[in-house]
Amino acid sequence: MEILANLSLGFSTALSLANLFYCFVGVVLGTLIGVLPGLGPVATIAMLLPVTFHFQPVTALIMLAGIFYGAQYGGSTTAILVNLPGEASSVITALDGHAMAKRGEAGKALATAAIGSFIAGTIATFLIALFAPPLAEMALKFGPAEYFSLLVLGLAVSIVLAHGSLLHALGMIFLGLLLGIIGTDVNSGAERFTFGQPWLADGVNFVVLAMGMYGLGEIINNLEKKGTRDLMLKSVSGIRLSWTEFKHILPSILRGTAVGSFLGILPGGGAVLSSFAAYAVEKKLSKNPIPFGEGAIEGVAGPESANNAGSQTSFIPMLTLGIPSNPTMAIMIGAMMIHSIQPGPSVLTEQPALFWGLIASMWIGNFFLIVLNLPMISIWVKLITAPYHLMFPVIIVFCSIGVISINNTEWDVFMMAFFGFAGYLFSKLECEPAPMLLGFILGPMMEEYLRRALLMSSGDFSVFFTRPLSATLLAVAVVALVVVLLPSISKKREETFKE
Amino acid sequence: MSSLIRHPKDFFAGLMYAAIGIGAILVARNYNFGTSVRMGPGYFPTILGGLLVLVGVISMIRAFTREGERIKSISWKEIVLVLGSVALFGVLVRGAGLVPSLILLVLISAWASDKFKLKTALLLAILTSAFSTLVFVKGLGLPFSIIGPWFGV
Repeated sequence: MEILANLSLGFSTALSLANLFYCFVGVVLGTLIGVLPGLGPVATIAMLLPVTFHFQPVTALIMLAGIFYGAQYGGSTTAILVNLPGEASSVITALDGHAMAKRGEAGKALATAAIGSFIAGTIATFLIALFAPPLAEMALKFGPAEYFSLLVLGLAVSIVLAHGSLLHALGMIFLGLLLGIIGTDVNSGAERFTFGQPWLADGVNFVVLAMGMYGLGEIINNLEKKGTRDLMLKSVSGIRLSWTEFKHILPSILRGTAVGSFLGILPGGGAVLSSFAAYAVEKKLSKNPIPFGEGAIEGVAGPESANNAGSQTSFIPMLTLGIPSNPTMAIMIGAMMIHSIQPGPSVLTEQPALFWGLIASMWIGNFFLIVLNLPMISIWVKLITAPYHLMFPVIIVFCSIGVISINNTEWDVFMMAFFGFAGYLFSKLECEPAPMLLGFILGPMMEEYLRRALLMSSGDFSVFFTRPLSATLLAVAVVALVVVLLPSISKKREETFKE
Repeated sequence: MSSLIRHPKDFFAGLMYAAIGIGAILVARNYNFGTSVRMGPGYFPTILGGLLVLVGVISMIRAFTREGERIKSISWKEIVLVLGSVALFGVLVRGAGLVPSLILLVLISAWASDKFKLKTALLLAILTSAFSTLVFVKGLGLPFSIIGPWFGV
């Protein structure tokens, strides 16, 4: 039983005092920012990255991962009680969760979300333990052509998953790929798109871009909306489920876990898409007399399980292939590189304690979350009422300090402000930043693998179609794109995202 | 002209893609293109620029054939205050030091909210800069001067 030996190595790492403590800090912080609307895990992890410089690598990753999945828990609380998604992945939970809260069943909705997340998290942890090693082994056989095709697949999936127009998602990907080129070319040493500015020679830092787009851009967007919040805070009581209720939602939880685990692995997938897809599945299968959107409990159980499962399995491509499937994973890669660990198939063999420790910590973190959050719900509820006009200047302060401390240069602060403006304009034009960020992260890798693949094939592009694995990956990408472009499906897709 | 453009968001997004794409191609002309066997530094950006122009043009053409919402008005006040305060922080933090530049950052950015009150903003500024000094400078040892050289300290 190799898997048991691996997991026990993981637990012995994760159960050290420092790692337990920072796992706890991570999930509490994650819940906190998840509860607070307008501050997401990407911006938070980016802000805390400098803090983890002094940590052991495994400790740093455990804490940062805790922030990520903790945010999914916190986000659902806000969605249910305030009808405002604390996190993008909770958008869908707000529909039925808030309707339940209005009916006076807020406690039941919260319990469903927490229990669903815990079960999903536990299963996802085992899935990672089960599937990561064979995947890493397979990845060792990948040549540049396979890697390139895999990246194409990732970008294609992110187009499929984009909420708005497909064309704009494509445009944003190319924009992101171009943005990733800025800086010194590793091969020729040529400085590209730097306009002779030394502060651009190292390229645009991902954290600067993410904080500008997700931090500052979001703040301006939020300030613009002067909407009132529909609070449902009085009725929180009885956060528990009866055994019959539990049996009733268990199938939804398991289906949500399956959907989320699968979509989380896909590059471009992750928590947000998982919750949307799980909702669609539940809606199809539900026999609940209460219609969806009016407080059906399956509409909470499915998506909440899915987003937690998806957020955890999205670690699989990051840890085994070194490919980030979403912006949060990109930051995790950044964190690993700071500690001079190159993410990829070799992590598993060279750093087994780090790999398995991180995975074990996810289960421990999920346990912390369920034990802590149910009793602490009243504290989180108070936080939701924290007035935004006092909160956003503090977020701006943390973003600014965080950005300047990465490279100790004020140019990064100016660039962050610039990307804040760009992010705001993009939202005006309904161009989503997520595909762009993915393109930005994958751009340099893509160019490098394209270069190597073509060098090995003497410039023959057919190498991508003649190698079977590469051809399969590209075929999947094409199928994914064709499927969303089919009129009947694209109509359904619009409906799903509209809800 | 504007009545012909039925989908302004598509049109301007397309214009943006096309403009950036053309810019990228023009700049990349200064770099060696190379061949497919040996890609030069200009190879990948030129292809990307071309693809971006293509997307942009399709989006612009589509803007004449599809109906779409108008672009909502841009909140210049919020933009200027939020981003201006951040840029000012970048300008000041070395010379003036962390505390003075943070106080200005909080005061100016808080002004962007319509619930802005000077008294609460001042209190928030003092608390935030005290907290940041304790955590980031004293606790984590980040290399900021608390009060900068401009004040002769």
